[in-house]
Amino acid sequence: MNQKKIIAIIVRILLYAFVIGFFVYAGVNGYFSPIFEQSDTFWVLVGQHLNLVIISSFLAIVIALPLAVLFTRPRFRKYEWIASNVANLAQTVPSLAVLALAIGILGVGFKPAVFALFIYSVLPIFRNAVAGFNSINPDLIDAGKGMGMKAGQIFWRVEVPNAAYAIIGGLRTAVVLNIGTAALAYYIGGGGLGVWIMTGIELFDNAYLISGAIPVTLMAIGFDYLLRGVGYVISPKSTRQTADTATTT
Amino acid sequence: MISFKHVSKSYTGTEKAVNDVNFEVEQGEIVIFLGPSGCGKTTLLRMVNRLETITEGSILINGQDIGELNEIELRRKIGYVIQSNGLFPNMNIEENVTIVPDLLGWDKKKKHKRYKELMQLIGLDPGEYRKRFPNELSGGQQQRIGVVRALAADPPVMLMDEPFGALDPLIREKIQDEFLQIQREVKKTILFVSHDIDEAIKMADKIVLMRDGEIMQYGTPSDILIHPKNEYVSQFIGRDRAIKHLSLRTIAQLQEEIGLVEIDQSIVDSKQVNVHENLKDTLAMLLNQEADQVIVHDDNDEVQGAITIDRVQRYLHLEMRQKPAQSGGKEKVME
Amino acid sequence: MNEYLEYLRINASYIWGLTVQHIELVGIAIIIAIIIGVSIGIYLTTNEDLAETVLAAASVLLTIPSIALFGIMIPFFSLINQGIGFVPALVALVLYSQLPIIRNTYSAIKNVNPAVIDAANGVGMKRRQRLVRVEIPNALPVIMAGIRTAVVLNIGIGVIAAFIGAGGLGTLIVQGITRTDMYSIVTGSIVVSLLAIIADTVLLLIQKRLTPKGIEN
Repeated sequence: MNQKKIIAIIVRILLYAFVIGFFVYAGVNGYFSPIFEQSDTFWVLVGQHLNLVIISSFLAIVIALPLAVLFTRPRFRKYEWIASNVANLAQTVPSLAVLALAIGILGVGFKPAVFALFIYSVLPIFRNAVAGFNSINPDLIDAGKGMGMKAGQIFWRVEVPNAAYAIIGGLRTAVVLNIGTAALAYYIGGGGLGVWIMTGIELFDNAYLISGAIPVTLMAIGFDYLLRGVGYVISPKSTRQTADTATTT
Repeated sequence: MISFKHVSKSYTGTEKAVNDVNFEVEQGEIVIFLGPSGCGKTTLLRMVNRLETITEGSILINGQDIGELNEIELRRKIGYVIQSNGLFPNMNIEENVTIVPDLLGWDKKKKHKRYKELMQLIGLDPGEYRKRFPNELSGGQQQRIGVVRALAADPPVMLMDEPFGALDPLIREKIQDEFLQIQREVKKTILFVSHDIDEAIKMADKIVLMRDGEIMQYGTPSDILIHPKNEYVSQFIGRDRAIKHLSLRTIAQLQEEIGLVEIDQSIVDSKQVNVHENLKDTLAMLLNQEADQVIVHDDNDEVQGAITIDRVQRYLHLEMRQKPAQSGGKEKVME
Repeated sequence: MNEYLEYLRINASYIWGLTVQHIELVGIAIIIAIIIGVSIGIYLTTNEDLAETVLAAASVLLTIPSIALFGIMIPFFSLINQGIGFVPALVALVLYSQLPIIRNTYSAIKNVNPAVIDAANGVGMKRRQRLVRVEIPNALPVIMAGIRTAVVLNIGIGVIAAFIGAGGLGTLIVQGITRTDMYSIVTGSIVVSLLAIIADTVLLLIQKRLTPKGIEN
């Protein structure tokens, strides 16, 4: 075994040790106690959090994907840059601001939080789906036409499979962002695990902090893995690489 | 002089990419490593500047085992040209051409002077191209720059890995001619990888024909075409080896061996050709029915006689029946 | 509208102060992040096994919601009496920047045309010469793109830092929510967006400037 492999293994062991050490330390100090001592509240908060994320993400998918398809059709393609630039611009608005601004429109509570999360999720889903469709080699579409496929057949058999990985990639980004943003929903009365995190920050209470933050983190990592798995399963093998490489834009 | 002594290369596992290769290259020769992809020719070439390690055996340049030299210094003394030219995209043409002199620590003036000389060698205006970048040049120009970059520090040995392989046929021929012209001036010892039999016949002093990491035959192009050593060699060079061989012979050589024929005055439509024209093109002229005979001139424009299809055919028969001993280079193959 | 302009007039210096604070936080974080991230990225190109591990770890790190990361860090930083404020915010931003910077540095250098690397070796460049003269110049646009991503990301995440008392423009939004003051919220949002757009544009210009002429487009 060479030296480089040994370094890699040592780093890997250190990372695992760090994570395990953290959980042991937190456990020994009773930082997870609220989860067990107030498990009813905990599950209510988890449920609220999941509701916020799932409802808003679902709505975002339903709106963003058709829009992305529309703006990548030949007739509307010339307006695509406008939509993409608007999306890029809107992406610079901080997530907290989107939540805060939702108060102005819908007041406080669960609905404005869902609305804000929905707005914030539409953008990455739309952008990635557009990028996915645009990245399809025009020769493939040409080949499809050449063998007599109809527009619908080209769309379902050529475009969708080839864009699938990028589309799921956008979904992953959106959902992970969404879980994090939902942790701020407490601020506008939307509930969720953010309640414990904020309580922890305000009261300097490490137990609430950790009992809120760790479940949110695990939720984000879990959804990320889940969607990565979905992307892996539904996308053809040859299309997987492209979306994972470095971004240049 | 470069000697390959029992050179072998194996990656992990037992399969050998290069297997016990032995041959010698004379000073100032172009030796082409020829063979299909995966035959080990590129690996063999890259062992010479130690871009690939040598598993067994040794390579000697002028009696010096390259394994004992510092690899960085070794590479700076060996010109290296690759198919996709490998010009540095971030450097302008002058920086690209003078990279080796720069690494060797030449001063600015000397580098610039060398740059101008090299550009003149390939007929590109030094001033015009100086500040331009590789991506602003055509494929042919890029490849020329690649060649002069390798020549920049005047290395005695050049390694060329399919240097003209990516060019379209017309430009390739032109650059091949140009390169042969340059070689007549600079007389480098050149190891050259190719998979193109026509390129090898045209450019090589000697050909190393390889398969599966082993040398199938080492000899002059003419030798290989006339006396393929085994079934594989004759298959690789193709059924038209006789015709290919004609490209290596001129009318003058035919005249010396069997003489020309009298001009048949009854044929009105006959073309004129120089005595140094190669026989393949001459035959093509005759077959194209441009003429039933071709009238041969020497350099002073004096008519030497005529040549017909029959004559070419007779000469070819004679050539193909020659004994192996008469052709040079063969004895250099070590078995 | 007039009322809003009046608000801006009264609070101009306060807003400006928070903006400077925000820029300081993100600016210091990004400088530290570049030094660490680019070095790690370059080192990883020489060690494939480690690259896999580090990139996976950095991508998990980026997955952690910012507010949760602050939450996780506070108990530990409070051990050294830095529980809330500038230090944990800075550390969080540096950590978040690692994935885009390391990943882009690593893959940009890895993706330099193999023929060019082969030529660099063939002309007798040493490892360091190859890195400085060939690999980094050719990888620079992509590395800069990673830095841009990190900066824009950090400007956004810097807002959350207000929750843990690190100041910055997030303060305007947080205060706006608690006092139901829309002016404050809107101002905070607009300034943050503007900051992100300006930073992105400026960095894009720098990127173009640094890109060697021969590898444009």
